Amino acid sequence: MNTYTKIVNNGVNVGALMEAREAFSVTPEAAQFTWRATCHWVKGTHSYSEIEGYYGLGEAQSHKKRFTFDADHPETFAADDHGATPVEYVLVGLASCLTAGVASVAQHRNIQLHSVKAMIEGDMDIQGVLGMDKGVRNGFESINVVFEIKADASNEEIEAVVAQSQKRSAVYDILSNPTNIVVETMS
Amino acid sequence: MNQTPCFRRARYVSTIIIGGGQAGLAISYYLSQRAIDHLILERGEVANSWRHERWDSLRLLTPNWQSRLPGYCYQGIKPDDYMTMPEIIDFIGLFAQQISAPIQCGTRVTEVHRVDQNYLVQTTQGDWTCSTLVIASGAFNTPVVPDFGRQLAETMTTITPHQYKSPTQLADGGVLVVGASATGLQLADEIQQSGRQVILAVGEHVRMPRYYRGRDILWWMDMTGLSDQRYDEVDDITRARQVPSPQLAGSSERNTLDLNRLASQGVQIVGRFSGVRDHTAQFAGSLPNVCKLADLKLGRLLSTIDQWIEAHGLGTEIDEPDRPEPTGVDGSPRLDLNLASGEIKTIIWATGFRPDYSWLKVPVLDRKGMLRHDGGIVNSPGMYVLGLPFMRRRKSSFIHGVTDDAYDISQHLANYLNSTYRRKCVSVA
Repeated sequence: MNTYTKIVNNGVNVGALMEAREAFSVTPEAAQFTWRATCHWVKGTHSYSEIEGYYGLGEAQSHKKRFTFDADHPETFAADDHGATPVEYVLVGLASCLTAGVASVAQHRNIQLHSVKAMIEGDMDIQGVLGMDKGVRNGFESINVVFEIKADASNEEIEAVVAQSQKRSAVYDILSNPTNIVVETMS
Repeated sequence: MNQTPCFRRARYVSTIIIGGGQAGLAISYYLSQRAIDHLILERGEVANSWRHERWDSLRLLTPNWQSRLPGYCYQGIKPDDYMTMPEIIDFIGLFAQQISAPIQCGTRVTEVHRVDQNYLVQTTQGDWTCSTLVIASGAFNTPVVPDFGRQLAETMTTITPHQYKSPTQLADGGVLVVGASATGLQLADEIQQSGRQVILAVGEHVRMPRYYRGRDILWWMDMTGLSDQRYDEVDDITRARQVPSPQLAGSSERNTLDLNRLASQGVQIVGRFSGVRDHTAQFAGSLPNVCKLADLKLGRLLSTIDQWIEAHGLGTEIDEPDRPEPTGVDGSPRLDLNLASGEIKTIIWATGFRPDYSWLKVPVLDRKGMLRHDGGIVNSPGMYVLGLPFMRRRKSSFIHGVTDDAYDISQHLANYLNSTYRRKCVSVA
């Protein structure tokens, strides 16, 4: 086991995560989680989504409170701009997932972080969503993330933390691999 | 399934060893030294996997000087070369002769049961019982193919490394090689050189130069003690045992085989083959990161070696340190491949191997079908395994790595036999 002389605190409870790993190796069914969101149409391209309950550790769980998210499109799309666009939520999802990963991996590797900033961009040719060109995909052509990290560690160690956070990231996996999506309509 | 297997006609021997390859023979050597009666059951011939489950051009990844078994080592004139398959078959065959290994060839084990305090070993040549059992049947019995890959077999030519012999067996046209460990890289290399366009799908991998600072990388692994690192010394042994085999190849030119070299030969490098939709293969967008991870890991390995050299004052006697070029990743590697377009004619699954325990009717497997063991001591009294990756040491699955493991296991096995013998004496008294 690693023994460290310095105490690092990035505010991540790595001990609890390691205990969870230990527990899930005995009861893998407890590791089955289901995440949920409910989206309500408001008007035009404006909608708001609610997140509160999820399932995990073998039972229904709940966030401390209900979170809501307005989504819309900006005025360049002739919309009212009541919220971020859905694709921007995707960028938020990836950036925050990788950032959480950076903090956790750094904690696990005993690296003290001072600041972490992720700048994320997704390039998109909107001829795709407008149905103008079959050769253009709807989604991002590519996504670029730049991390600016201040930490008590060498450049190589920081790069390794960032690489590991991608390797362990759920959103990174969701975006870089195909996922089966089933959409139904209740009659 | 509830039929109780019976002992009728079963012959008794203290130890049965399943598998007559380097691992089974190595422990046979130590059991003979300890005067423990034993028998090796071999489904085919000595070194069977090396004879029948390898492609034609394959050479060992380990240099000749590293080919050693208990009391036996390479004696030829090319210590820095890498054995061809006929050479390794001879090498192991000669060892079997030299130690007069008690081996019964042509005997496939069909089932093993725990019966009373013994194991009942049923084979194509009759039954045996034994007090102790050593599973030395290898870690690479069955090629692993992803689920979606099995469905592709209906519409494409798909083969595994066990079926692959040489490029001449392949149709003209493109070949998708899936997997970037030693097997995938070597096949991609020779198939591309045969004039067929290769697309190589790359997931997580372990990059290694053949030579570093003038010595074979495996020489450094030995010298620095990395090869001998024990399974109970690493932080996460489960993960360590799942690390893919390093990107190495044995050749007289001692060339490094890596993604940069393959790309320069015209091989198309793409991300992990992650699924098929509408007859289109989809490759993961994670290629830059898996290459980065491998480059960083390689950098840490070379730094460890540099530090060892520094600490031992060898800096002036050997080549200067250097670092290989980072793996070049094309700005936007392709994410899909239409499998109906004719661009590729063949898919080769170099996606790993797993051991086959379908004959093992003792509840010692975990939910993934792998043996539950502590450094080769299986979770059932008197049962042992040899030759699995990082079983007791990092070198466990290498030919030179099996000797130390076999010695340790023979010691535990001998103690076990002694203790059960003593228990029987006590209960009789």
